[in-house]
Amino acid sequence: MRAIVQRTLGLAWVVPALVLVGVFVYLPLVQNIGFSTLKWDIYSGDQEYVGLDNYTKLLDDPIFWSSFGNNLLYAVISIVFQVFGALLLAALIESIRSDRWRRSLRAIYFIPSAISLTVAGLLFYFMYEPNLGPLNHAFQAVGLGLFDQSWLGQESTAMYAIIGMSQWQGFGYSTLLFAVAIQRIPSELYGAAAIDGTGPIRRFIHVTVPLVREMTGLMTMVTISGAFQVFNEVMVMTSGGPNNSTQVMGTWLYRSGFVRNNFGYAAAIATLIFVITLGIAMAQLWVTRRRRVEW
Amino acid sequence: MVKRLSFLGVIARVFMWAFLLGLAVIVLYPLLWMVLNGFKTNAELFGNPFALPVDWSFTNYQKAWNRGVSDYLTTSVLVTVTSTIVTVFVSAWAAYGLTRVTIPFNKAITALILGGLMLAPTVALVPLVKMFQAMGLYNSFWALLILYTAFRVPFTTFLIRAYMIDLPREVDEAAEMDGAGRWTAFWRIILPMSKPIITSTVLLHVLFAWNEYLFAMVFTSGSGVQTLPVGLTSLMSKHGTDYPVVFAGMVIAAVPVVLLFFFGQRYIVKGLSDGIGK
Repeated sequence: MRAIVQRTLGLAWVVPALVLVGVFVYLPLVQNIGFSTLKWDIYSGDQEYVGLDNYTKLLDDPIFWSSFGNNLLYAVISIVFQVFGALLLAALIESIRSDRWRRSLRAIYFIPSAISLTVAGLLFYFMYEPNLGPLNHAFQAVGLGLFDQSWLGQESTAMYAIIGMSQWQGFGYSTLLFAVAIQRIPSELYGAAAIDGTGPIRRFIHVTVPLVREMTGLMTMVTISGAFQVFNEVMVMTSGGPNNSTQVMGTWLYRSGFVRNNFGYAAAIATLIFVITLGIAMAQLWVTRRRRVEW
Repeated sequence: MVKRLSFLGVIARVFMWAFLLGLAVIVLYPLLWMVLNGFKTNAELFGNPFALPVDWSFTNYQKAWNRGVSDYLTTSVLVTVTSTIVTVFVSAWAAYGLTRVTIPFNKAITALILGGLMLAPTVALVPLVKMFQAMGLYNSFWALLILYTAFRVPFTTFLIRAYMIDLPREVDEAAEMDGAGRWTAFWRIILPMSKPIITSTVLLHVLFAWNEYLFAMVFTSGSGVQTLPVGLTSLMSKHGTDYPVVFAGMVIAAVPVVLLFFFGQRYIVKGLSDGIGK
């Protein structure tokens, strides 16, 4: 009896965390599904049950689909630069003999990840600005006037300009994590490869890549999941414009709910974001679990 | 044959260094440009973007400070400090309970807390707004404190748990022999032993809270409760085209976290890689 009481008392350690996460993370998630079946004006307080109407509207909404496409584009480009690019870069850095250079380069590349996406977004808003931004001036100076554009002001380039900023901001973070993973590879493995006379490229393919694949898998999932939650940089740089060409699901949710006062519709978008991110997380769990068994 | 290889090797090394240093320039130049612009006048800003400031005065910093940045900075510091303390303690308690104490439903509770890692803040946004309006906490410091804590407890618990799980069992047994209760064992023994991971999680939470934008934008308005990331965007929209002042504000927002990273880099990297490595 005393043992049971004591074990139950032990729960006191986890109760604060459970309550916080339960009330402010899980509960809203459940409520959100309910809200997505309402037509709901938050200012007048009018609520009306409309069933799956919000979802059928969503599937017919071209801006929702272009937002989804932008998230997808974000994911693809980020995987190229922040997973594969970062892995290559980390391997390059770790191949440098001087410890001081290795550390300095890793630190320099990381700086943009320490500053906020708001500062980075504003900074690149000005970098891309046609009148005062250095980007167009630099293109003109080297005779590439063709690239003298209003990067954020036209539909064809705005999304790429935002994604470009985000690569600048984020690649150092994943490079740092890959560098740590590479440092954990036992040096005998590289030594053995060197004796066999294998060159650096083969060593990368046959030693580095297979031995950091757990990190590669994790970074891929984190990157995709992050790409479907993009919000800050788009809000700061274009707020979804011009002509909704840079809307992503997060900003479209915000605009639908908080600007167009259609909270049920916003909740429906939120449910879809939830389904997508949950799917990615499940895939991640499945992949890591399967690997553990293999080893 | 050997000669040719080493010649190729030299070429490869030259390319590698050109690439690595070129990338460093791409990273550093925009930051340098930002700092320089904080010292320029508006006319200089619209002139040659590559020019240096004529007069290195702190006028723009003063203006930024008086136009709200002092308020934003105060709020940011307050929110960051309080949410860091609460998050790290709540998470350390939870991690201790999950790893060193026999409690019922341990697996289910672990899954529930760590499962929060998978949930995006955007998904909970609409119900949270309604919830905080009902509680009367909308547009207040409390909204940010609560949200920053609740949404970071899963990640912070995840990192601390990975560390505490590896501390030797004998530590708890020795504490029990001394007649120390759980409470004393936590404060006197386990927490001090976990100092490296506590340091990492503090630094990671500070980076998060200082830079967070979504909740800060949706849950606060008016300069009394706005943090720097949101404050900067209002500085931009309120004061028209006095851009150098905005640059000064950006520098004020960026410098603390960049310094923090430089001094705490070792801990940040170690904490992340220890947690994720498991």
